[in-house]
Amino acid sequence: MTNQPVMDGQTVPPANAPATPLLAINSMTKQFGGLTAVDDVTLDIKRGQIFSIIGPNGAGKTTVFNLITGIYKPTRGQILLNGRSLGGKTPDVVLRAGIARTFQNIRLFNNMTVFENVLVGLHTKLHGDLISVIFRPPYYRSAEKRARERAMELLSFFGPSMVALKDEYASNLSYAYRRRVEVARAMASSPQMLLLDEPTAGMNDSETAEAIGYIQQLRAQYGVTIMLIEHKLQVTMGISDQIAVLDYGKKIAEGVPAEIQRNEQVIEAYLGRKAPVE
Amino acid sequence: MHVLAASSAGVGLFFQQIENGVTIGAIYALVSLGYTLVYGIIELINFAHGDVFMWSTIVTLTVAQLLHFDHVLGGFALVGALLLLLIIGIATSALLNVGIERVAYRPLRRAPRLIPLISAIGVSFILENVAQLWKGANSIAYPVFFPTDAITLGNVTIPFLDIFIFVLAVVLMVGLNVFITRTRLGRAMRATAQDPEAAALMGVNINRTISVTFLIGGALAGAAGVIYSMYSNSVIFNSGFELGLIAFTAAVLGGIGNVQGAVLGGFLIGIIESLATQYVPNGIAWSQGIAFAILILILIFRPSGLLGQQVPDKV
Repeated sequence: MTNQPVMDGQTVPPANAPATPLLAINSMTKQFGGLTAVDDVTLDIKRGQIFSIIGPNGAGKTTVFNLITGIYKPTRGQILLNGRSLGGKTPDVVLRAGIARTFQNIRLFNNMTVFENVLVGLHTKLHGDLISVIFRPPYYRSAEKRARERAMELLSFFGPSMVALKDEYASNLSYAYRRRVEVARAMASSPQMLLLDEPTAGMNDSETAEAIGYIQQLRAQYGVTIMLIEHKLQVTMGISDQIAVLDYGKKIAEGVPAEIQRNEQVIEAYLGRKAPVE
Repeated sequence: MHVLAASSAGVGLFFQQIENGVTIGAIYALVSLGYTLVYGIIELINFAHGDVFMWSTIVTLTVAQLLHFDHVLGGFALVGALLLLLIIGIATSALLNVGIERVAYRPLRRAPRLIPLISAIGVSFILENVAQLWKGANSIAYPVFFPTDAITLGNVTIPFLDIFIFVLAVVLMVGLNVFITRTRLGRAMRATAQDPEAAALMGVNINRTISVTFLIGGALAGAAGVIYSMYSNSVIFNSGFELGLIAFTAAVLGGIGNVQGAVLGGFLIGIIESLATQYVPNGIAWSQGIAFAILILILIFRPSGLLGQQVPDKV
């Protein structure tokens, strides 16, 4: 198996932009039958940013994540990572290209331990051909050893209490810890970009504050670019460099937090939309 | 005095049937693992699996005949013959199983669940028909080359062949367990079984993982084919049908999708069958009927199998 993602070599000219964005989404549309879940959305995420997508339920936020990670294929439009097209790639190829994610409803491998979950995240860093599995040559052993060290390092990122849970089955963990394991598992592949789908959903205020802390620390320590879907405005307003607002699949606003807070359309979408006329 | 003698002979018979049951049960268990692994990962009953097993028996029969393994071998000749037959049998079934998945199941992965099942039944018929065209409809004697000696413990006779079968089966099962729990591909298999989409998003190549699963299931069936031929001394084109059904049942009894369950189920059915042969009047004629009656009883009270878990509905 090659570790190099297969790219179709499609590149875009640098245009007049000062720097190519890490991830460029150009006029992306996704239709399911007659329903347009994502409608002509364009986003540029720069390297090192914390970029949030907000919007009411059903606005298409998770669909955007599913399109980026290859679960869905866009009906129209382009997705470019470092100028290379990700359109139509399968999820494992997208991961190898450098984008990892977590899920809105946590999807850990519940019949595996915390440590094993993180090791699955390290899948792409290990040798897997049957010959090396059977004969365990030195390069295979050293890769396994490094993977285990890396897994431990990622768990210790979340503190000694997380390390102490490493042999616990994922299903036995508390909600906040399961969220952390999911982040550790996603970070295991050393992604350039981490997609977090509602990382504080269902958390109380102190847990939320801790989550905000580790999201910022992830960027500081690993230099990872972060894309965030979040409902809690106090989270997004506090940590985002840039925010895009989706409503009914369309991008209705984009800007720095202060701009978004003043935006009339955003306020209306969140607070005061009149019920649709029957 | 008379009573004592009879009861001691009775105890001997009991343990003799346990010995027989463990031996055939080891073979059932190897085949049963192939059903459970495949079901665990794509929720398909691979109805062609029994015939994948059968193909190992007819290919290795051909090799044994060509090389004139028709007298009892010893020493290096025996080891060499066993290794050669095992390698050929394992390769035959493993590659056949991977090929079947690629051609007959993969294109149907998103189809309604009944469709790949029908495809599996179709493949089963094709494999049997081709085998029948090649080898004819009658059973063929399998040459005896393994020493026929046995050791005796009290009243129980344990043939060397049974010891070989048991040891080989246990080595393969332990190897499988190490593979599944300790290696990257094994972890990928378990991850894919639980949540294929999440596994793919961790960089796991789902198609490749499914191929590896079929490869391993086929390999175990191939090894089972080699030792089953030596055990039964005969080979026939439709042997995979009945043995496949029994092994599938063993997988369900143990809890389909559960690896330890398949092994437990295989041994249990082997032992129940053997005991029924001994203790039920004319039991040899309907030992399988009895085994299945017990199976139905167990499943009524534990529908998810002995070691199967009560899985909540998938979201």
